[in-house]
Amino acid sequence: MNLIGENLTYKPDNQFHLNNVSFDFKKGNLYTILGRTLSGKTTFLKTIAGLLNPDSGNLSFEGKDFSKIPVWERNVAMVYQQFINYPHLNVYENVIFPLKQRKLSEDKIKTDVDEALKTVGLVGFENRKIQELSGGQQQRVALARSLAKKAKILLLDEPLVNLDYKLREQLREEFKKIFSKGLSSDAILIYSTTDPQEVMELNGEVIVLDEGKVLQKGPAKAIFENPRNLKVAEISNDPPMNILKGIKSSEKLIFENISIKIPAHFKNLEDQKYNFGIRASEIKLDDQGEEFEIELAEISGSETLLHLKKGDSKVIALIEEVMNFKIHEKAKIKFNENKFYAFDKEGELISSPYGDLNG
Amino acid sequence: MEKLYKFLKYTFIILWTVFIVAPFLWAVSTSFKDFQSVNSKVTYIPWLDFEPTLEGWRVLVKSPARGGVDIVEPYFNSIFVTCTASLISIILGTLAAYALSRFTFKAGFVRNNDITFFFISQRIMPPIVLSIPFFIFLSTIGLLDSLLGLVVVYIVLLMPIAVWIMVDFFNRVPKELDETALIDGCNPYQAFYKVVLPNSIPGLIVAGMFCIIFGWIDFFFAFILTFTEVQLLPVKVVALNSSITPWWSLSASALISVAPLIIVAFVVERYLSKGNLSGALK
Repeated sequence: MNLIGENLTYKPDNQFHLNNVSFDFKKGNLYTILGRTLSGKTTFLKTIAGLLNPDSGNLSFEGKDFSKIPVWERNVAMVYQQFINYPHLNVYENVIFPLKQRKLSEDKIKTDVDEALKTVGLVGFENRKIQELSGGQQQRVALARSLAKKAKILLLDEPLVNLDYKLREQLREEFKKIFSKGLSSDAILIYSTTDPQEVMELNGEVIVLDEGKVLQKGPAKAIFENPRNLKVAEISNDPPMNILKGIKSSEKLIFENISIKIPAHFKNLEDQKYNFGIRASEIKLDDQGEEFEIELAEISGSETLLHLKKGDSKVIALIEEVMNFKIHEKAKIKFNENKFYAFDKEGELISSPYGDLNG
Repeated sequence: MEKLYKFLKYTFIILWTVFIVAPFLWAVSTSFKDFQSVNSKVTYIPWLDFEPTLEGWRVLVKSPARGGVDIVEPYFNSIFVTCTASLISIILGTLAAYALSRFTFKAGFVRNNDITFFFISQRIMPPIVLSIPFFIFLSTIGLLDSLLGLVVVYIVLLMPIAVWIMVDFFNRVPKELDETALIDGCNPYQAFYKVVLPNSIPGLIVAGMFCIIFGWIDFFFAFILTFTEVQLLPVKVVALNSSITPWWSLSASALISVAPLIIVAFVVERYLSKGNLSGALK
């Protein structure tokens, strides 16, 4: 009785938007699709909604062939990254629109709409015109409309991406609350995003998508701890994980004339070339550390992102305070060797600080 | 500086207004003159400069037998032909435009843009090129010199305008709006008339205005395709001109010819300035 996709492929003009995608989504769960822009997230959601027909593959829901059911009979709800509402209707009429379409009884409709407006915090806005609302409020209306519908499948396509920073943080918090209490146990929620932090906070099952291909599936924690390859490591971290080309030789890990004592989990690795990965947050300023040249320093909120360079190696360090750096000056940094990943030449994960590669 | 700018701005606006309004005032004043007042000396203000008379207006409603030029029937003919042709053009044109904007057509080398261009190209051709085919076509099907024939011809002339304006309009309505309607349980027809159409009112009004204006002012085809049975206003107004130019009745007929367009402009202006769609769809 799940939403099952088998080998879904969609390639208009010989370009893969979906490449052999399979999944098995269970009711009552939250799934997040993580991928960069143009990785096929929207195509994925539109295929489930029925707005696109895959070129090959099967899609079934509750045991029925979904591809035979037109969009308007599928009972799905979708929120777009653009704030899409019906501009000729006011807030209340917008939320009630899908319910009226289904010809439910007036009383039931009324309670459902009121409940949805309460969930998204728009009580008192019923008679407002859409044009009079801010971007965040418009997106709440769209969310209320999809919640009121009580659809079996709820699709959210980067719902926060067009909002400003503050509102995004605020709405993300509310999303977590709404999803934890408002989601009925027979609904499937699918949420797509480019932001790894959102994925970690929502803490559902994650599908990492790139060029229409599923790179990795699993719980958010597993993706974070053991990214299967370099691509996943890059997509699932913000800033992307630093990759350093180097070699392991007996007790040392060497790159750009820097040699670091190998961490415990590297003990059993063969001596050869590797791509070593380390997160920006595992690099600290240290007077005893290695000297790198500063290329750029970005201050964001209470943190500083330091872009550093030595030889051919570039790293980004996340410094948890606001500091003023001058470009082209030297900075001394220290790597937390216990948090090194090792990827082989093909980019597959060989060794991780969290052990258990199959988890 | 601010003051100078304001001064120049208002001076320009006033001069421009005078430039636009003066011919109307001249026509209004002339329509109440007689032969004497027009031809003797320069006169402007009724009662002061000349004795006003309704003769110019009376000629328009008197039957030819009693020395008048009856424009009442041509007037209503024009209204009927323009409104019918505009309405049908808007309905067909909007449907065609929606299809061209939302669906992909492939027939040989023909694509959506080619079809749109085909419509617009009807307006690029000089009217003289169309006149002979139209004449032969109407005489073959026996609709020469009839209201129905004129309606058919005007639909050919007006529908491209409607398609052109509405394709452009629908292209600016995001596809996601239709998709949301589909997801919310509308079938494609309901999505069109419940969601897309109510949000297209400004576009429909603009297209309607253009159709009405171009239909109303056409002289060429009305002149070629009608003889005695049916006459349209522009043709009849020209027929007023005889050996002595009757400036008074020409002015009167010019005024009642533009009257419907002015009324339409005033009615429509309120809907246009509402800006129903602006800022709603990002």
